[in-house]
Amino acid sequence: MLKSLHTVTDPLLDKNPVTVHILGICSALAVTTSVSTALTLSLALIVVLTIAAGIISLIRHHIPSSIRIIVQITIIASLVIVADQILQAFAYAMSQRLSVFVSLIATNCIVLGRTEAFALNNRPLPAMLDALGNGAGYAIVLLVVAFIRELLGAGTLMGFGILPLVAEGGWYQPMRLMLLAPSAFIILGLLVWAVRSARPAQQEPREFTPYAPERQVQP
Amino acid sequence: MIELFQRAIFEENLALAFFLGMCTYLAVSKRLDTALGVGIALIVVQAISVPLNHVLHAYLLKAGALAWLGLPDVDLGFMRLITFIGIVAALVQVLEMLLDRFLPGLYRALGIYLPLLAINCAIIGGSLFMVERQYDLAESAVYGLGTGIGWALAIVTLAAIRERLRYADVPRGLEGLGMAFIVTGLIAMGFSAFAGVRVL
Repeated sequence: MLKSLHTVTDPLLDKNPVTVHILGICSALAVTTSVSTALTLSLALIVVLTIAAGIISLIRHHIPSSIRIIVQITIIASLVIVADQILQAFAYAMSQRLSVFVSLIATNCIVLGRTEAFALNNRPLPAMLDALGNGAGYAIVLLVVAFIRELLGAGTLMGFGILPLVAEGGWYQPMRLMLLAPSAFIILGLLVWAVRSARPAQQEPREFTPYAPERQVQP
Repeated sequence: MIELFQRAIFEENLALAFFLGMCTYLAVSKRLDTALGVGIALIVVQAISVPLNHVLHAYLLKAGALAWLGLPDVDLGFMRLITFIGIVAALVQVLEMLLDRFLPGLYRALGIYLPLLAINCAIIGGSLFMVERQYDLAESAVYGLGTGIGWALAIVTLAAIRERLRYADVPRGLEGLGMAFIVTGLIAMGFSAFAGVRVL
């Protein structure tokens, strides 16, 4: 029981797919201009990833290893098409805002990475728990970035006004830069820095050791 | 047409404005020569796959596209994603075999990067944007080439900066990935400065 709990909770911070394994940034950042789009895409990804991991794990003994990538992509792409069609049918405005990024879940490295690395070698239940954990880890990063960008860029959260804007007689002058692409990269960079400062084990090994001795940290 | 080309390279750069192909972008940008190889491979694949997918979409998948078969009511639009993925994967495979057969020198230089591109968001995303914005055949050829060059330019720039950064005294937790993100953000700002600049 504890082990399966760890399968779910480890990817949230210690083995987070985005900040540690650099997976799935492709479609991640473009939808983080507002919390609601980030939330929708995260939910779609979690559902697709969990079901795909379950299906692939169920048929893992029947997939010849030479064509396993094609089989996995076909299963994932079919699920993504279903998710996209459902979104278009029940939340058309949202699917217009997400544009091509729902379809791009199919090429998201997290999905193929988890099915390839975990679901192919494990029983369905642990595979689905692992998928759930990784999806949630991805969602956390997305939501943190979206929270910062929407709050500072537009003064709103989920479309509700939080900070009173100058244009409406309040005091907050929105930072337009937050809604543009560069800020997403920089926020994610700072986020990675924060996580790695809290978890020094995740720091990358030095490629180059400076000749000068390490700086001494003053106590 | 020139405007579209220029916009595809700078203003709507797939990597820097739409965050596409990021996994490859960050993973192979540690060295300049590998970045150059993967950039050129992406230009080739993108310039072929976007017009190819356009033809397929126009004559097979679009609503009413099967009229030439006597099936004017059929709409296979939902098959778009899976078709594009299949086409790109097949194209990469064929390209690899052709290069190996006819240009072994080029194959040795680019061959290892081609499989990386089979599942690359930038390539699938380019084709999906082509459909969403309803480009015609000539426009999609220009768009494919432009986005390819833009992506290659972005990865080569990042790789060049990262090679220099290796000897820089960066805070310990920021080394590697964190620094790559922040540098990419600054490059993206530089590229967005080209918005509105027109050659003609």
